[in-house]
Amino acid sequence: MKLFKSKRQAGLIASPYMAWAFIFIVVPLCMVIYYGFTDSAGRFTFDNVATIMKPGYFKALVRSIELALISTLVCFILSYPLGMILAGMKLKKNAYIVTLFILPMWMNFLLRTLTWMTLLEGKGVINTVLEFFHLPTISIINTPSAIVLGMVYNFLPFMILPIYNALNRIDENVINAARDLGANTLQTFLRIILPLSLPGILSGITMVFIPALTTFAISTMLGGSKILLIGNIIEQEFTQLYDWHLGSGLSIVLMIFILINMIVEAIYDSEGGMRR
Amino acid sequence: MNKLKKRLLSVLLLFGLMAGTVCGCGSESSKSPNGKLYVYNWGEYIDEDVIQEFEEETGIDVIYDMFETNEIMFAKLAQDTSAYDVVCPSDYMIQKLIQNDMLRELNFDNIPNSKNIGEQYFVQSRDFDPENKYSVPYCWGTVGILYNKTMVNDTVDSWDILWDSKYNGSILMQDSVRDAMMVALLKNGYSLNTTDPGEIRVATDDLITQKPLVQAYVVDQVRDKMIGGEAALGVIYSGEAIYTARENPDLVYVVPKEGTNVWIDSWVITKGSKNAENAEKWIDFMCRGDIALKNFEYITYSTPNDVAKENIEDEDIKNSKVAFPDLSSFPTESYKYLGEAGDRLYNDAWMEVKSADY
Amino acid sequence: MKKVLTRIYLIIILIFMYAPIFTLIVLSFNSSKSRARWGGFTLGWYINLLSDEAVASALINTLTIAVLATIFSTIIGTFTCIAMIGLSPKLRSVIMGITNIPMINADIVTGISLMLLFRFLHLSSGFSTILLAHITFNIPFVMLSVMPRVKNLNFYVYEAALDLGANPAYAFTKTILPDIIPGIVSGALMAFTMSLDDFIITYFTKGSGFETLSTLIYNEVKRGIQPEIYALSAIIFVVVLALLLIVYRAPQAKSKEK
Repeated sequence: MKLFKSKRQAGLIASPYMAWAFIFIVVPLCMVIYYGFTDSAGRFTFDNVATIMKPGYFKALVRSIELALISTLVCFILSYPLGMILAGMKLKKNAYIVTLFILPMWMNFLLRTLTWMTLLEGKGVINTVLEFFHLPTISIINTPSAIVLGMVYNFLPFMILPIYNALNRIDENVINAARDLGANTLQTFLRIILPLSLPGILSGITMVFIPALTTFAISTMLGGSKILLIGNIIEQEFTQLYDWHLGSGLSIVLMIFILINMIVEAIYDSEGGMRR
Repeated sequence: MNKLKKRLLSVLLLFGLMAGTVCGCGSESSKSPNGKLYVYNWGEYIDEDVIQEFEEETGIDVIYDMFETNEIMFAKLAQDTSAYDVVCPSDYMIQKLIQNDMLRELNFDNIPNSKNIGEQYFVQSRDFDPENKYSVPYCWGTVGILYNKTMVNDTVDSWDILWDSKYNGSILMQDSVRDAMMVALLKNGYSLNTTDPGEIRVATDDLITQKPLVQAYVVDQVRDKMIGGEAALGVIYSGEAIYTARENPDLVYVVPKEGTNVWIDSWVITKGSKNAENAEKWIDFMCRGDIALKNFEYITYSTPNDVAKENIEDEDIKNSKVAFPDLSSFPTESYKYLGEAGDRLYNDAWMEVKSADY
Repeated sequence: MKKVLTRIYLIIILIFMYAPIFTLIVLSFNSSKSRARWGGFTLGWYINLLSDEAVASALINTLTIAVLATIFSTIIGTFTCIAMIGLSPKLRSVIMGITNIPMINADIVTGISLMLLFRFLHLSSGFSTILLAHITFNIPFVMLSVMPRVKNLNFYVYEAALDLGANPAYAFTKTILPDIIPGIVSGALMAFTMSLDDFIITYFTKGSGFETLSTLIYNEVKRGIQPEIYALSAIIFVVVLALLLIVYRAPQAKSKEK
């Protein structure tokens, strides 16, 4: 291959990004770790990270994990059949239809959340309509259900897309071969389709779970600031309490979760490069 | 319409310039012959026309940002005191800013209109600004309960009503540590500046018991939610009373018999201010009788400006007990900065409340 | 039967995704400020919106940052991807590993880490800090969609071009670039989307007096939502819809030519 005269030339072209990645990715993360493991006097301490074990903080973390898991599960349950339907359509116009499901993503994230605020409020749109038909009104605003709803609505496209991509890539011949060899629909699904779409599923889970775990805007807007998630706490440490050390310490805890997620993914996701 | 064309043009221009340098970008393009001024104020706390008038009169370009709570304001300034030139925090926060050496002394020669501010407000300010060196009062008031007559049949005269399970889901609490704690502390007859861990414990537990009844913890949203009839009872600043009653006549403001916090919000200039002269001009402008009156009529928060008060045309409002309460008719106290240890005590308590079950 | 069921399912999901947006659009024509009451048809909020300086500047800021961030990240990302083939596998995997961090990491952590960096460098936050942050989290998306194309490149054509006397730059634009263009376009599109959609990272890296649409809406939510925002979201939705139609029409028209 002669694209580059030497490794050095390739290195030269890659060097701006390497410098960029070092300054804007590596160094900032090191700073979070530095702040997280020091106190305001600059002494080394585990206190910030250990704060997560304090009752209030721990509760918020558990609650965040709970809500994120539920949201991820709901997203998955909604997306998988959808992915199969879309992949099964085999239309030339596939792109249009798939786009239809990602289109809301193009609207701003906060606008999407705002929508649900408007709909769910005590005197919001849904209740007004229900009242008009003399039906019982709902009151899920400022409850965990509203937050889950907001998460599902916001992050659903992140699940649909990778699952659809993975399903769409499955070679028709493999499925036909399985059928020819006598597998029934369920067997084909469990033995062929599901395993082959696993990378897409894992990718989707990461794409939904991580933002759901760490959000603070959705819980503030749809939870009436009543339901504190770990993201809210970290945000508060930086924007209200001015405790960067504690905020960084708690972020390190989050990073541990993300690391676990990465490892799980590295084990399964051999294909790679198909996220989003 | 002309403005629109200009804007469209500027968008097009921007896209044309994209390939060019980063620095040349339009964000800082507005002309400002006399420099800039970064103002940091509470949300909905000024008549926006006043800002424009100031810009026209002085040729200073005002960049106006809003904060929700004193704590948010402090965190922002602590990061970088030069982020804003002139800020309008409350009493106890001014004390904290002074103690952290984050404010600049004012030159009152440049603020001649400060003579319009009633003497008693400067006296009151000495609680947090002992020598009246750093701050000029802007608004003052109390904290109380706003309730909807059509939804509340009991007499509202005590903070206790915020714990009445009849109003489950119809109570709005303030989402700021001192104001929320104040309600619970006063309910139990404690000082709102207490640093007694036992008393704070009781107040914290009270707030945790109250939490399931609370619809939401909000700051500025109380106003709109009460006007819209979303809630029956809300903790609110006195200044909103006139405005909310105007928008929705069913709303009534009450100061509970256990007493309340009397607060003053004052203009201060930050230590790192790069436009201190402009900032003084701003403060002086805000103290002008006609401007203060304009602001009062728009935001309806009690003004300490005697000239403005004299000129209020509406006799009802001028003599209104809501707009200008008689502070001797109920017990009052003002927040004090409680030091770092005190802050931590309150923050931990508040954190416990916020993370409690809903 | 199965077909009917799948249709119904598709429709339910579509309703779930679009009904809220259409409600907002309907509300944007409601002359009553209250969400609970229909006060008659009005275009007033749209007119108010046009004269609203704050929204206009936030919109311009958002677009400026999105466009600039897309351009820079696409250029940097594409060149890096191409350079990667010339690097040792070890270095390659190190670079890819680092590149993956902002994608997998939580936005809030990326946001605060950048905020800490900018504070440390005494970079006064505002336009430039947001732009730097956006470029940083956009590059991985570009690389992700360009990388597979680069991996599948056929270099024999390039070498043949060189052998036939083309200079490297000419050979590059004629043989390599056309193959990776689709990846670059979809990467740029992705970067643009991410930039427009971002709230958390912008929130932590923005400074005084500088708002983008997301931060403006967040402030508005906390102060009380004005119906102008509904009008704004209606406009954004329609623009986005139009853009997508254009984007999807374009490649199809081209393939017909072939």
